Amino acid sequence: MKEVNISDLEKKFEERIAAEIRIEPNDWMPENYRKTLIRQISQHAHSEIVGQLPEGNWVTRAPNLRRKAVLLAKIQDEAGHGLYLYSAVETLGADREETIDDLHTGKAKYSSIFNYPTLTWADIGMVGWLVDGAAIMNQVPLCRTSYGPYARAMVRVCKEESFHQRQGFEIVTTLAQGTPEQKAMAQDALDRWWWPALMMFGPSDAESKHTEQSMRWRIKRHTNDELRQMFVNATVPQAELIGLKVPDDNLTYNKEKGGYDFSDIDWDEFWQVVNGHGTCNKERIEARKKAKEEGIWVREAALAYAEKRAARRKQAS
Amino acid sequence: MSNKEWPLWEVFIRSKQGLSHKHAGSLRAADAEMAINNARDVYTRRSEGISIWVIESNKIVASDPDDADALFEPSNSKVYRHPTFYAVPDGVGHM
Ligand SMILES: [Fe+2]
Ligand SMILES: [Fe+2]
Repeated sequence: MKEVNISDLEKKFEERIAAEIRIEPNDWMPENYRKTLIRQISQHAHSEIVGQLPEGNWVTRAPNLRRKAVLLAKIQDEAGHGLYLYSAVETLGADREETIDDLHTGKAKYSSIFNYPTLTWADIGMVGWLVDGAAIMNQVPLCRTSYGPYARAMVRVCKEESFHQRQGFEIVTTLAQGTPEQKAMAQDALDRWWWPALMMFGPSDAESKHTEQSMRWRIKRHTNDELRQMFVNATVPQAELIGLKVPDDNLTYNKEKGGYDFSDIDWDEFWQVVNGHGTCNKERIEARKKAKEEGIWVREAALAYAEKRAARRKQAS
Repeated sequence: MSNKEWPLWEVFIRSKQGLSHKHAGSLRAADAEMAINNARDVYTRRSEGISIWVIESNKIVASDPDDADALFEPSNSKVYRHPTFYAVPDGVGHM
């Protein structure tokens, strides 16, 4: 046995982080770094998977075949994103099925945005434009996060995300240029999705208990408020371009800071939804549990079949 | 509830003829055939590959990161393995 000293290991770890050297699965890492990553990546994975549900709601009712094919392709991408992220969690020694069970028991969280219902076709446009748009804002800096497998998963995810936002914006643009009824439908959807989209970046920096440590470990590269500001700056001109009004009377461009000033977020609503009292929290978790329970026989049958075939092959040789 | 999992597989993709297979990621599958099919769905949806290798993750043998110094340090001192170590008179041109 080699004699190792924890503080030496910690020092070496901190030096690597400072030198922007990625941490890989078998490298020594502080227990808290591991735990933080397991929490963040699994929460991210759950969000990708649960995020399929509000969109799945519209697959059979997409207005035409092109829109339907696009929506299916996007939802399939999200399943892939979930898989890349669950794989990254596994490299940290977490058990995949236990991780998923934590979602089902409510121990693990997912993005609160997916607890809002998709009431009209315009909502599918908003999900792509605003929700995927906010996700991209969050995920691009994560391509440089300090844990190698997470960063690599994010590179793949970001490549695939680029069409998600565009297809959403295309849906919204088409409606905004349509009949007065269609335009009203787009505006109504923007009114409902704008604030929940801003909440996606999480609590304000003053309230966020994990931000400081995550920034030090270079898991996060920007604070929640920085990312939210970047999103507002990027999105407001897009809304103006297509003639929709962002539902915030205090929205003004601040020349000095080179970005928009906007109203305070309704944090009561945010915490209500995070803590399980949003419109669809119950429905989302029920759907996930049902998928797991009703899929058990498939997983067992596939395994039994694989074992039987392996035994037969062994006998034949 | 039964939580027995399918084995974990590592996926390697050849992006085009003439290039070697490169690690793309991992996935779970009941057997090799399913691993190939899942890898196709997950890792080659945008023409990223023309050939797939899969291997069960627990069959991979890896070097120990703690041995990295002992394994890779000695090569740092052998600069004469690099062409820039050698002096070549001006005018030789490309060599
Ligand atoms: Fe995604
Ligand atoms: Fe997406």
